[in-house]
Amino acid sequence: MATAKKVSFKLNGKPVEVTVEPRELLIHTLREKLAHTGPHIGCETSHCGACTVDLNEMSVKACTVLTVQCDGAEMTTVEGMEQGGALHALQQAFHEEHGLQCGYCTPGMITRAYRLLKENPNPSEQDIRSGISGNLCRCTGYQNIVKAVQSAAKKLAAA
Amino acid sequence: MGDMSDVKEREDKLQGMGTSLLRKEDARFIRGQGSYVDDIKLPGMLFGAIVRSPFAHARIKGIDKAKALACPGVVAVLTADDLKPVNLHWMPTLGGDVQAVLADKKVCFQYQEVAMVLASDRYAAYDGAGLVEVDYEELPAIVDPKKSMAPDAPIIREDIEDKKEVGHGPRTHPNHIFTWEAGDKAAADAAFKSAEVTVREEILNPRVHPCPLETCGCVASFDKATGYLTVYMTSQAPHLVRTVLAMLSGIAESKIRVVGGDIGGGFGNKVPVYPGYVVAIVASIVTGVPIKWIESRIDNISTTGFARDYHGVGELAADKDGRIKGLRFTALADHGAFNSHVSATKFPAGLFSICTGSYAIPNAYARVDAVYTNKAPGGVAYRCSLRVTEAIYLIERMMDVLALKLGLDKAEIRRRNFVKSEQFPYTTAFGWTLDSGAYHTALDKVLKAVDYEGLRKEQAQKRADPKSPTLMGIGISTFTEIVGAGPTKVCDILGVGLFDSCEIRVHPTGGVIARLGTMSQGQGHATTYAQIIATELGLPASDIVVEEGDTDKAPYGAGTWGSRSTPVSGAATAMAARKIKEKAKKIAAHLLEVSEGDLEWEIDRFKVKGDPSQAKTMKEICMVAHTGNLPAGMEQGLNAVTYYDPPNLTFPFGAYLCVVDVDKFTGEVKVRRFYALDDCGTRINPMIIEGQIHGGLTEAFAVAMGQQIPFDENGNHLGNSLMDYFLPTAVETPKWETDHTVTQCPHHPLGAKGVAESPHVGGIPCFSNAVIDAFAHLGVTHMDMPHSAWRVWQQCSALGVNKR
Repeated sequence: MATAKKVSFKLNGKPVEVTVEPRELLIHTLREKLAHTGPHIGCETSHCGACTVDLNEMSVKACTVLTVQCDGAEMTTVEGMEQGGALHALQQAFHEEHGLQCGYCTPGMITRAYRLLKENPNPSEQDIRSGISGNLCRCTGYQNIVKAVQSAAKKLAAA
Repeated sequence: MGDMSDVKEREDKLQGMGTSLLRKEDARFIRGQGSYVDDIKLPGMLFGAIVRSPFAHARIKGIDKAKALACPGVVAVLTADDLKPVNLHWMPTLGGDVQAVLADKKVCFQYQEVAMVLASDRYAAYDGAGLVEVDYEELPAIVDPKKSMAPDAPIIREDIEDKKEVGHGPRTHPNHIFTWEAGDKAAADAAFKSAEVTVREEILNPRVHPCPLETCGCVASFDKATGYLTVYMTSQAPHLVRTVLAMLSGIAESKIRVVGGDIGGGFGNKVPVYPGYVVAIVASIVTGVPIKWIESRIDNISTTGFARDYHGVGELAADKDGRIKGLRFTALADHGAFNSHVSATKFPAGLFSICTGSYAIPNAYARVDAVYTNKAPGGVAYRCSLRVTEAIYLIERMMDVLALKLGLDKAEIRRRNFVKSEQFPYTTAFGWTLDSGAYHTALDKVLKAVDYEGLRKEQAQKRADPKSPTLMGIGISTFTEIVGAGPTKVCDILGVGLFDSCEIRVHPTGGVIARLGTMSQGQGHATTYAQIIATELGLPASDIVVEEGDTDKAPYGAGTWGSRSTPVSGAATAMAARKIKEKAKKIAAHLLEVSEGDLEWEIDRFKVKGDPSQAKTMKEICMVAHTGNLPAGMEQGLNAVTYYDPPNLTFPFGAYLCVVDVDKFTGEVKVRRFYALDDCGTRINPMIIEGQIHGGLTEAFAVAMGQQIPFDENGNHLGNSLMDYFLPTAVETPKWETDHTVTQCPHHPLGAKGVAESPHVGGIPCFSNAVIDAFAHLGVTHMDMPHSAWRVWQQCSALGVNKR
């Protein structure tokens, strides 16, 4: 087994330091060492997106990123969406538009939509559908998720 | 009379039945603060990884643990031999069979559980699992269920080779499980003999998997000092699981606590008890520390709870006007290597006999032959009640086949055969009493909404134009479901009746806690049940807390599957609330010094008839119920518990219509329009209902258009990760249009019927009917699912429609 390595990064604005084996996946570090259980594991093959986090201003699937690759990174998870006690517009919109059922895909879905709206603040329905196509949901049929992202986009534009 | 605006304001404040109250459960999920089983971390916890068989059928000649045990972090390796001393190497199944917890001398399907490696973390556990050396002697495997009962077929289950039956009647071959029959064969045969027209079609419901986004798993924690076992697990039926665990382990049921927590989708996959749970429990009992076992996605698709695999034959007999005189449906059911099919004890083929659907069919016969194959066990109900999708798929497909034979319109043939509104309650040829329905109304509303005649005209024009790059198909499905299992006189699992329960405690200031025997996996129970209580008791839904899934807290119930939550527990909730309301009325009469007969209920209070100034609100009564100022002899408190045994199942129905455009050159099927009208009786939370329908239709789309679990001839799984197994993304998923009618269930206290499975059951045949309708003018009567581009393209090529 290879030697453990120290890795430092910023997680939701706070500096963290962990010691991990080189093979350790980011999703396991977040969930098991850093008590961030918002991102979930759904497939281990980068298909479902339940583990999506925002890494250096990109949506990545934390089940396919090694923690050692994150040294010096800036990372945002669903736990970092709420600011000053106020929900992010996306969190509020998912609630108001019934964009979630079992809640398992929700953290990844919201985190992905967060980056999507940063890149494209005024997306069409097709932009949203293709923009979240790396995130699977088994419950909602996506229709209300699309509505939630549209509604959040409007609110963010007006803010 | 009260001031009407005041009444309206008070009613709005309750947010009771009929309002689209936003969900109470969302607050934690949108913050990433749900509590799913893999989020649980207990001190000293070990992780268990399962060693699985690479072969579909093989003898185990030896297992060498030495290398695994030498691996850093590995604590123990458990095999069947280690479970034998506690007699837990085999377990009973819900299907009346037994299943190996860890393979005992042989493996009968690929990925079968052979050993569990316990280690300090999941990396070490999987390192260890890779080092367990198992010596196999491969045996010939049976993959095709049609070959299971051949005279020279290899015997899959040597452990029960000599058993004359496995729970459901005589066996005729070592690989035979049961033969189930229903209806009147002689009458059906006679109807076919004298019929003017008969049709026959072979129709497959392929093996699929519910594939919830969260896989199955558990954390088992046995406390050696107290002898108390706690299991956090992904279960749709925690109370039934606790009963099974008590039967298995010999631990008193009072010392077992099963906690469901938050569940990341179930869809039937999380009903059974799986070997992984049992090994984790034994491991915790043996080691004295908590054990976590979490499936990988590959484990999940390969081994736990597949659905369907019904190889059906449908036959209808009719007169020349299309009026059906007889039905014969049979199916060869592939149950895999162990019969762990989920069903009520008396229904080995589930509720397959709902296969007369929405139609008045006088003579009917059904038969299911179940056999063993070298595939994973299961037979769960994937977003449907027990074997209802299989049944409704057959009848809805056969209606089209018959229409085609007679040259009749597919809507018209349904109209001619529907049970008419005035015929309810209608008892089917198989003995089910359909309590209510308005089938003509539903279909006509849909046809009008989509301009059916216009669509058929457009289709005719396209068919007449050989240059059209697409084929247009219109699918109709007018289904009747059977849900809400069920009356204990006919429905039980392992002897436990399928009633359900609700306990309500009202506190002095009007806050309410309700606990139920069901288990939400995303259905929004915390919101829906609160709305029922809000309306029944006149207390605001915002102050009503709903708890489920912790067997130490909730009263006993059979859980959430088969759309039984609203039909059974929703009824229990209403009945428990009504007990409380009765007591509250007595208190109000006492306080107002009138007789109970002088009182009337208005939204949130009892008023004296004719003197509206004299009233007691429910909130006031809540406090008084906890004081000494009560009618003579009355106990304090406002609590009630109800165990509800439904008098009948419920029969939600719907009419769906789908329009597809098939690309002749690529085989791609584009869903142009999908219009779904559902009738689930009383609608408690319209927003949640719509959400359930969107989800169910999407799962129907997945099954019809892409899902299938394929095997090679040696029983090797050919698609068990999300690289191969189709879960639709937002791009493929069609846009859904929803509509409804309301025909109340006459026997349910709220008139509700259940809804979440209707779109799956009704949706699948609707997609198939649309795709096949696109080819109907070319003489095609049936195409098996899934209608992937490749398979549809093959059909186009076979017919030569894609020649340029």
